[in-house]
Amino acid sequence: MTTWKAVCRLDDIPVTGARRVVRPEGDPVAVFRNAEDQVFALLDRCPHRGGPLSQGIVFGRSVACPLHNWTIGLDSGCAQAPDEGCTPSFSVKVEAVQVYLDLDELRTVAVDAVKDAA
Amino acid sequence: MDKRKLVMVGNGMAGVRTIEELLKIAPDLYEITVFGAEPHPNYNRILLSPVLAGEQTLDEIVLNPLAWYDEHGITLHLGRKVVDVDRRRRIVIAEDGTTAAYDRLLLATGSTPFILPVPGKDLEGVMAYRDIEDTHAMIEAARKYRHAVVIGGGLLGLEAANGLLRRGMQVTVVHLHAWLMERQLDETAAKLLQQSLEARGLEFRMGTQTAALIGDRDGGLAGRVKAVRFQDGSEVPADLVVMAAGIRPNTELAEKIGLHCQRGVVVTDTMQTVTDPRIYAVGECAAHRGIAYGLVAPLFEQGKVCATHLAEFGIGRCTGSQVSTKLKVTGIDLFSAGDFMGSADTEEIVMSDPAGGVYKKLVLKDDRLVGACLYGDTVDGAWYFKLLREGRKVADIRDRLMFGESHIGDAGHEGHNRAAAMADSDEVCGCNGMTKGTICKAIKEKGLFTLEDVRRHTKASASCGSCSGLVEQLLMFTAGGDYSATPTKKAMCGCTDRSHDEVRRAIREHRLLTIADVYRFLEWRTPDGCASCRPAVNYYLISTWPKEAQDDPQSRFIDERSHANIQKDGSYSVVPRMWGGETTADELRRIADVVEKYRIPTVKVTGGQRIDLLGVKKEDLVHVWRDLGMPSGHAYAKALRTVKTCVGSEWCRFGTQDSTQMGKDLERALWRMYAPHKVKLAVSGCPRNCAEAGIKDVGVIGVDSGWEIHVGGNGGIKTEVAQFFCKVRTPAEVLEYCGAFLQLYREKGWYLERTVHFIARVGLDYVKRRVLEDHEGRKALWERLQFALDGEPDPWSEFDKARVDTRQFDPLTV
Repeated sequence: MTTWKAVCRLDDIPVTGARRVVRPEGDPVAVFRNAEDQVFALLDRCPHRGGPLSQGIVFGRSVACPLHNWTIGLDSGCAQAPDEGCTPSFSVKVEAVQVYLDLDELRTVAVDAVKDAA
Repeated sequence: MDKRKLVMVGNGMAGVRTIEELLKIAPDLYEITVFGAEPHPNYNRILLSPVLAGEQTLDEIVLNPLAWYDEHGITLHLGRKVVDVDRRRRIVIAEDGTTAAYDRLLLATGSTPFILPVPGKDLEGVMAYRDIEDTHAMIEAARKYRHAVVIGGGLLGLEAANGLLRRGMQVTVVHLHAWLMERQLDETAAKLLQQSLEARGLEFRMGTQTAALIGDRDGGLAGRVKAVRFQDGSEVPADLVVMAAGIRPNTELAEKIGLHCQRGVVVTDTMQTVTDPRIYAVGECAAHRGIAYGLVAPLFEQGKVCATHLAEFGIGRCTGSQVSTKLKVTGIDLFSAGDFMGSADTEEIVMSDPAGGVYKKLVLKDDRLVGACLYGDTVDGAWYFKLLREGRKVADIRDRLMFGESHIGDAGHEGHNRAAAMADSDEVCGCNGMTKGTICKAIKEKGLFTLEDVRRHTKASASCGSCSGLVEQLLMFTAGGDYSATPTKKAMCGCTDRSHDEVRRAIREHRLLTIADVYRFLEWRTPDGCASCRPAVNYYLISTWPKEAQDDPQSRFIDERSHANIQKDGSYSVVPRMWGGETTADELRRIADVVEKYRIPTVKVTGGQRIDLLGVKKEDLVHVWRDLGMPSGHAYAKALRTVKTCVGSEWCRFGTQDSTQMGKDLERALWRMYAPHKVKLAVSGCPRNCAEAGIKDVGVIGVDSGWEIHVGGNGGIKTEVAQFFCKVRTPAEVLEYCGAFLQLYREKGWYLERTVHFIARVGLDYVKRRVLEDHEGRKALWERLQFALDGEPDPWSEFDKARVDTRQFDPLTV
């Protein structure tokens, strides 16, 4: 049974932008909102060299990493070919303009992802 | 929903390229069926000559192995010739009875060799040179026989002759025209070519018409060919006759099914046949605007356009192509493009050294390069071709044009000409650590044709781009001139076919004020662009319509969105503005306090005489700015960064002018100025030039009688010395001239184009005309810049006005 944790309202995330969700353990989670008001959540680390994806440019269903411009798919967390690598993604629920993340995932997913940034 | 059905007739380079382009943009739209008359998968026809010459094997020239068709779910019918199409029921019928239904049909039937209608043309041992079977037959013949005659001294004929010679035959080339390759070379270059081929052992009969081929049975009427007889009655022995007298578009099927044909299947700019819009034609079988192209570069452009149309984007259009030629005979360097013959209204620059085997001719018209013919030294071919396609004025480099790109200064993005001389282990792309060997291997093995392909597969030139020119040359050397398939204009990015200039023009002429307007008006392929076009369009909007177009922070890179530089660990650096590099005790104290308060780990003086605070957490940024109380230094922005100065006449023994004051004035006049790329200035008080004004976008040097202004310097990827621009007397003039120059750059530069590349593209003459000669125009430019900057907010102290989204600095918590 999923426990949904409210993190912010939809309006708190800029259109074609993102917010960072800091959690007790592990790297922050980036919550994205695209031009069609779809919301996605990924670990805030590019699979390439750990760039904070929350700071990238959001377009379509992708985000461009601010460090070296890799394009990461917002649904899958995976880099667009020919680049390779994926970053963990998180379940998101948007209900009545409230954005929820899965509390269990927030506590467990990628909390020990190696901090080898750059 | 069932997928729609696409059937392609023909399995050659242009057709399969179209399918590849289609799969790239609409991978799931169609169920695809391909009919190929040959029993092979798609191979690189251009490289048949090296196969014939024994330099490559057949396996090496396969472009798409059978596994590729499998992988993409394409039904492939090999060795099945399509003989009919029922256009009413939309069914394709092959010779063996195989049928396939279609919603869209793509004809890519290529061309057939032209066989001279002379007696004896059907004798055994008489053949054309077109496909793998022909190549096999020629290799086979070379094993058994001695004498070969090649009819046709064009590109293909010479490649065939060279191949047969390499296989040990004695070869005579018969050519109707007075000189070889008359469609690609002028007489001088052709004579040099002929000499060099003669030195290898080829024999030539120039200006000679073939009358008949003689067989070895029935009085010369049947059996195997044994001789060729010419119009003048003379004969040469021949056991093998290769006809290479041209190709004809293969329109047999098209004509049979009632499509309008005229020197090819007539197609529109979207590659649809004029008769039936469900049927497309690409490649050598198609006649576009009256031309059936026979070189691969324009055919790939056709494929791209056709693919966008099949994918229902419906935006691409073919508008005709410039082509260049290179002979694929090892050891012979020959290149030609455009109007290489010249005419009454063109000028020529010629360099001729027949003894040294080098000849170069450049044809100019109205100060633009319109043609080039190079023999013996073709290292600059790609560069000349680029100048030719871009059509830019070359007056300012005319005196050095003949000596090649290296004498112009191989400027960053403009590219280099070192490709040929490099060793395989030499590094080409420093950003991604790619060597020449690795890149060439990828080009060969993966069948790459365009710069974009190479970038995607190897990353070479995908980062800073300074090696783009070099990679383009590698493409040329590795795969032949046909491969420099760069389109005549460069699209901004994959979201559109529009060039930077076209987008700028549309914004200005149609008064577009938002990114959404631009994308709608120019029919962008993507709803909200990508990380490369959005920042560019955003800049074009606000630089064209200051005060009217609204900046979109989400279309800016993070550095500009948060007004600080992102560093490799995700922290930021902050550089407060210090006018002209000067500071005070009070400012230094505040900086010191901020460093302590926010535990900023590193404080460093930058190359531009400013202080950089490195390692600031994003959540601290707002507070750091507030506590500093100094204006933003824009060190993060595509904007005016610094004005570097020396101490000038105030303190220096040699100073002739007050350079520090001049620097402060310039910085105060220009700060907050966004530009296509970063802009750096420097002011020196005397020609000793301690502020290093010679490598800045604008460099000002004080002299006894006033100020010298230099433009287009760059200390970056490739050091560029600024060019002398003008000399003025007063500080007010310095402001006006520098400002006008920068406004011109702001209005005409392409996003991410530094001033040096901007000047290289438009020509220094143009800049001089607009800024120096046109007095009213200069004042107007300077006024437009002041208008744009007037009231422009400082993002560090006026968040709301500068539209800084402060939410970004506060993390959410769970």
